[in-house]
Amino acid sequence: MRRLVFALLLFIAAALPAAAIRPDEILADPALEVRARELGKELRCLVCQNQSIDDSEADLARDLRKIVRERLVAGDTDPAIRTYLVARYGDFVRLDPPLRVATAVLWFGPALILVLGAIGIAVFLRRKPAATAAPAALDSNDRARLERVLAEDDRR
Amino acid sequence: MIAELGQLALALALIVAIAQSIVPLVGAARGDAALTAFARPAAYVQLAAVAAAFLALAYAYVTSDFSVATVARNSHTSMPLLYRLTGVWGNHEGSMLLWILILALMSAAVASFGANLPDGLRARVLAVQGMIGVAFLTFILFTSNPFTRQFPAPLDGRELNPLLQDPGLAFHPPWLYLGYVGFSVAFSFAVAALIEGKVDPAWARWVRPWTLFAWLSLTIGIALGSWWAYYELGWGGWWFWDPVENASFMPWLIGAALLHSAVVVEKRDALKSWTILLALIAFSFSLIGTFLVRSGVLTSVHAFAVDPARGVFILMILFAAIGGSLTLYAWRAPMLKAGGLFQPLSREGALVLNNLLLATGAATVLLGTLYPLFLDVLGAGKVSVGPPYFNSTFVPLMIPLVVAMAIGPLLSWKRADIAGAISRLAAAGIATVAVIGIVLYASGGTGFIAALGLGLAAWLFVGTMIEFAERLRLFRAPLAESYDRWRHLPRSALGMSVAHAGMAIAIAGMTASTLFQAEQILAMRAGEVVSMRGYDLRFEGVIQANGPNYQAERARFIVTSGGKPVTVLAPERRFYPVQRQQTTEAAIHTTGLADLYVVVGDSDGKGAWTVRLYHNPLVPWIWAGCLIMALGGGLSLTDRRLRVGAPKQRLAAAE
Amino acid sequence: MRWLFLAPLLLFAIVAGYFAVGLTRDPGTLPSALLDKPAPDFDLPPLLPGKPGLATADLKGAPVLVNVWASWCVPCRAEHPVLTRLGREVPIFGLNYKDKPEDARRFLVELGDPYRRIGVDPSGRVGIDWGVYGVPETYIVDAEGRVRHRHVGPLTDRVVAETIRPLMKSLAR
Repeated sequence: MRRLVFALLLFIAAALPAAAIRPDEILADPALEVRARELGKELRCLVCQNQSIDDSEADLARDLRKIVRERLVAGDTDPAIRTYLVARYGDFVRLDPPLRVATAVLWFGPALILVLGAIGIAVFLRRKPAATAAPAALDSNDRARLERVLAEDDRR
Repeated sequence: MIAELGQLALALALIVAIAQSIVPLVGAARGDAALTAFARPAAYVQLAAVAAAFLALAYAYVTSDFSVATVARNSHTSMPLLYRLTGVWGNHEGSMLLWILILALMSAAVASFGANLPDGLRARVLAVQGMIGVAFLTFILFTSNPFTRQFPAPLDGRELNPLLQDPGLAFHPPWLYLGYVGFSVAFSFAVAALIEGKVDPAWARWVRPWTLFAWLSLTIGIALGSWWAYYELGWGGWWFWDPVENASFMPWLIGAALLHSAVVVEKRDALKSWTILLALIAFSFSLIGTFLVRSGVLTSVHAFAVDPARGVFILMILFAAIGGSLTLYAWRAPMLKAGGLFQPLSREGALVLNNLLLATGAATVLLGTLYPLFLDVLGAGKVSVGPPYFNSTFVPLMIPLVVAMAIGPLLSWKRADIAGAISRLAAAGIATVAVIGIVLYASGGTGFIAALGLGLAAWLFVGTMIEFAERLRLFRAPLAESYDRWRHLPRSALGMSVAHAGMAIAIAGMTASTLFQAEQILAMRAGEVVSMRGYDLRFEGVIQANGPNYQAERARFIVTSGGKPVTVLAPERRFYPVQRQQTTEAAIHTTGLADLYVVVGDSDGKGAWTVRLYHNPLVPWIWAGCLIMALGGGLSLTDRRLRVGAPKQRLAAAE
Repeated sequence: MRWLFLAPLLLFAIVAGYFAVGLTRDPGTLPSALLDKPAPDFDLPPLLPGKPGLATADLKGAPVLVNVWASWCVPCRAEHPVLTRLGREVPIFGLNYKDKPEDARRFLVELGDPYRRIGVDPSGRVGIDWGVYGVPETYIVDAEGRVRHRHVGPLTDRVVAETIRPLMKSLAR
């Protein structure tokens, strides 16, 4: 039911209010805690839609935050922790999808679109004037209206 | 009885809409003035019918008529009047009715303000509006009827979701829909132009105010939603790159591109088929957003299936509206007479760059939003695309855009002196370097991204001011001349400067609040003091405080700075018993330059409470910047040249 | 140049095609990352006296179902009769996820016990090793101890008839 209500509003980002991390979860070592927060932001809370484990109050998110911190304390690197979670939950757990064949279009798409667009513009700008057709004739009525409207500009 | 009348009114509106979408088209094709003239009264009657239906539903909500199923599902007698009223659009059926009401309002506005439009064009625009109306009226009547009765009526309703019982969110949908549906007018103008096979500067001038109105409404709607997320979700975030947010952001980007390309059509009679395409796409994105949000293809958690008929129906609307209009485009756009040529280094060249970057940005957001769906459908695995993706793809696209935003307005039409323009931006360059230097120095050399963001904001702001000052010849000519120029300054030029400055302010807010946020999460007992960035907060404990339909735990913090009292902050945790849902109400002290933001969490049962404390520099600038952008749009809208009804009235007066 | 004007329509057709297929998919269900991989290493203590616990070694030898459940999980109650019927055909092992043992025992006394073995995972760590994200979940593990299928959400007679039973039959061969 909650989802039905949510689906309507065009702006609801997250189901549960209030940031999730509790004081007792925070690591004593501030450098490790910073890494934990950064990792937490790029790992998806699997039960909630589109929230990171850093933002979610769900039980599972809390468990995952604890695991991330335990492994950091144990000396794991960030990639090792990502690998650990991907082995259990698949790439779905990463909000920052890894570059693979299947995600190549995702990662290179924007650059490709930009380049194609730039080429399109270059072609457009280098077009020969001959390509332009002679202006279509306006009927007298239209021309009068057009001139009236455009005249507004100059009258000011 | 009232509800049945509402339903009847909707059915009437559908019949009128069907006629409105056929008769004027036939009239325009045959040159039959009597049939063409049908369009305007039809638009008015349709508005009257839909408004009657909307009022009927609002009446059912305000009087808590729980025999109407949507009222029973989304309202409760204990809710304050405001939320009983805004509950009308706090659910699928009612929000669809609001959508249709705004569509009818837009059509009637075209009918009424479009007095100076050629009869054929106006008839065709209104016919296309009528077709969109037919689609959505059919949708609401057959899949989402807000007036369905249920017997027996329950004693009380199930209440509006507590998250929606909030002033920011209550008025977020109407603004958002004014934006979404507002783009339908640009769409209809584009379709009409394709039917007529003619686009000229006058067309661009007619279409621009409607686009401006839709864009500024969407700006306000997005800002309201983001503001709400900031204070209600409780961790100071304001944008999450969620599909639902992206659905509103894509039409905004395309709308912004359209605003700028329409200027090129108006001034240079060029970029015509591209502008037509943007007008089609802006509304197409609104429709796609509606589909994404209401069909469950993206947001669905493994919960209840949304009525699949709705998703299928909206998809059919997409096929008809987007597929139909793009087919017309593929057929007719090549026949449009090609526009003039121009030099890359010119005002129009800069606007083309703007369009390239905004369109690529929108495409990037679309790609990221839909990619999980693409892979799933192909059976290539499940992925999540979240904020890290958009931050590393979309944000870099905006850097050249902001750089160009300061330069473009200084370029002249046709052929510009780019070296001259850049030399005039020397002051902006100095400001940028200074800001970057200060931020790098203050952050100990680590704040590179912050320095870049704030430097860009300074570049854009100072650049915009320079352009504005040059327009007035401020400090170069006698003040009297500057004053005279100010009096004769076109509102659209003023609007552009204001909107660009608003963008600069918003960028500064986004950068600083993201990168300079301070956070503390701790367990506090009454009497304890916590310090953050020069503020001392003394926790006084938590009391029970009950509202009309909720129970609250209200914490109290006495805030001092250097021993002097500043304010008292009282964040709440509310429990809404009917929905059995908890909400968090942050307490915020703002200086305009920064927010001190406190949220209270749960207690350990032994006197300690979880407290989350944030200091968010410049965060109010985000929404202030958005409102200034919208204000710029509004100023532009009041430009005499753009006032749609103006020319005819003036002519009438002159005759 | 003319074909360029067809490009927007073609792009839309592609996107719309994805939408149409997407309507038939549930974006919420996630296939197991362990698919066709060996089940994780674990060794969980028993819940009930006289009924053994659950460890990786127990999964080898014959295809089994591993059902992740908890007494606090409402859909688990809904799937329980289906599980009970299915338990007469194939071996079902239980993984009691983040539960209080006394609640779990009461749940089984009340509704019956379809499990051959039950392992207790109070911290949920073994559940995370399996990739559990929502209870109930049901895994099919083949005779070599590899995960072959995961069903998220309550089992229904339809799911059993369409997926579980055919797969178990083919694995038994």
